Amino acid sequence: MCGIVGLHLRDPELHPRLGQLLQGMLCHMVERGPDSAGVAVYGDRRRCPEGHAAVSVLLPTGTDPARFAESVRAALPGAPEVLVTGAGDTTVLAAPVPVDDLVAAAGAVDALVVGSGTDLTVYKGTGNPRDLAATYDLANAQGWQGLAHTRMATESAVTPEGCHPFSVGPDQCLVHNGSFANHATIRRELQHEGVRFDSDNDSEVGARFVAARLAAGEDLDKALRALCERFDGFYTLLVTSADGFAVVRDAIACKPAVIAETDAWVAMASEFRALAELPGIDTARIYEPEPERVYAWQR
Amino acid sequence: MAALSPAENTAATVTATTIDLATSSVRELNAELHAPSAPHYEVLNPRGAHALAAGLHHPVTVDIRGHAGYYCAGMNDGATVTVHGNASTGVAENMMSGSVRVRGDASQSAGATGHGGLLVIEGSASMRCGISMKGIDIVVGGDIGPMSAFMAQAGRLVVCGDAGDGLGDSIYEARVYVRGKVGALGADCVEKPLREEHRAELAELLTAAGLGQGGSVDLGGFRRFGSARQLYHFTAHNSASY
Repeated sequence: MCGIVGLHLRDPELHPRLGQLLQGMLCHMVERGPDSAGVAVYGDRRRCPEGHAAVSVLLPTGTDPARFAESVRAALPGAPEVLVTGAGDTTVLAAPVPVDDLVAAAGAVDALVVGSGTDLTVYKGTGNPRDLAATYDLANAQGWQGLAHTRMATESAVTPEGCHPFSVGPDQCLVHNGSFANHATIRRELQHEGVRFDSDNDSEVGARFVAARLAAGEDLDKALRALCERFDGFYTLLVTSADGFAVVRDAIACKPAVIAETDAWVAMASEFRALAELPGIDTARIYEPEPERVYAWQR
Repeated sequence: MAALSPAENTAATVTATTIDLATSSVRELNAELHAPSAPHYEVLNPRGAHALAAGLHHPVTVDIRGHAGYYCAGMNDGATVTVHGNASTGVAENMMSGSVRVRGDASQSAGATGHGGLLVIEGSASMRCGISMKGIDIVVGGDIGPMSAFMAQAGRLVVCGDAGDGLGDSIYEARVYVRGKVGALGADCVEKPLREEHRAELAELLTAAGLGQGGSVDLGGFRRFGSARQLYHFTAHNSASY
């Protein structure tokens, strides 16, 4: 199974309520993926203030987040102040430095970077999604776009690393319901091109594929059309970037997806019940995305 | 496409026993509907919950006011269920008898494996509408998605709009009528002549569905599809291919 929810806000008045709305959506998808849950929030200035870069990391067991932040600070040029937030398995750091510098400094001290950007915070963890939403303090998150995933693991272990979203490019995220059949082949091809992987997860291959395409200058629409050409298997994907929000399903479309749109927001979920409490849902345009058609929105 | 007149709606509402899912559970709702103490029920705040009014086997009338989740009115045997909204995957799946009406759109596998009864979708249905249908009648006011009527064995599927690719793949003896555009036909599905007996049953189905206009039913543009019967008969001269 797995459950996906995503919300792209068009009305800035809703930005303070992003986390609250997303948490409501996530909690309806608990049964679809009770083993772990991940969340990505775009524009949460509590975690990533203006002019800062943020990285989300998974630390080796027993590492103290404050001491880790101190090591990162020491590794950064000019030793700027580093904002640190602990959220269960995930630690989020922010500093007024370029993203690449912060990623390099965090990676240098034995942490696995699971998200980075100037606008993005990612949270991953194992356990009941409802509890994890509290661990991430999702209800108080603000921002203009967010997504969440509840996982029912099939092809790799239940670990924070295997939890979605996969965020492998700056301000990018991918969540997946389904399973890719030819991911090992594509993984080898990408590895030959120098792409490095963090996990054995099939969905990470999809995320790395899209990231490589975006890095080459394609937009989400084009990158996801290429993904449909190249990947076999089952998938409903929600993919986000620094300014985009996109949904695509495989040719058979056996993994569910519902999209709802109003003037105030675009929302996507595995099932309608996750959308049922959104403001204005009674007058929203509600439809199912068609197979192998990319639905993309830009900020 | 006014199926129920406002008068009928109002009359039904007056006598309805209301169950509000904002305060009751789906289990409580279904327990009441399985041993009904009233002839008519109105369900409020469905909010996409699964298995609403599933497994009914009494001739009750149920109006669901809002969008329904998976398998709404599944296994229905004799009840009349109306969803005043959209329905998720598998509405009226495996229906035995009775009728189910969706006033909005339906998701995948609407009426799947249904043995009898009438399923009306006033809007459009998604992929796999009528998959493996076994005697159910399905009337869709709008379009149906790809791969519909896959392995359909018996019953009638009427589509007032368009049908997606792969219509009737590996179809047996179900009859499919489509008024709009039809995508690529599935394996062993072919167009067949629309004879008088087919026009008669089409008119009957559209009337039963309430999709006729003022008593007259417009059959213009409908085409009939069914099995070429090349796939499901074992033929001895093909034995080397099996």
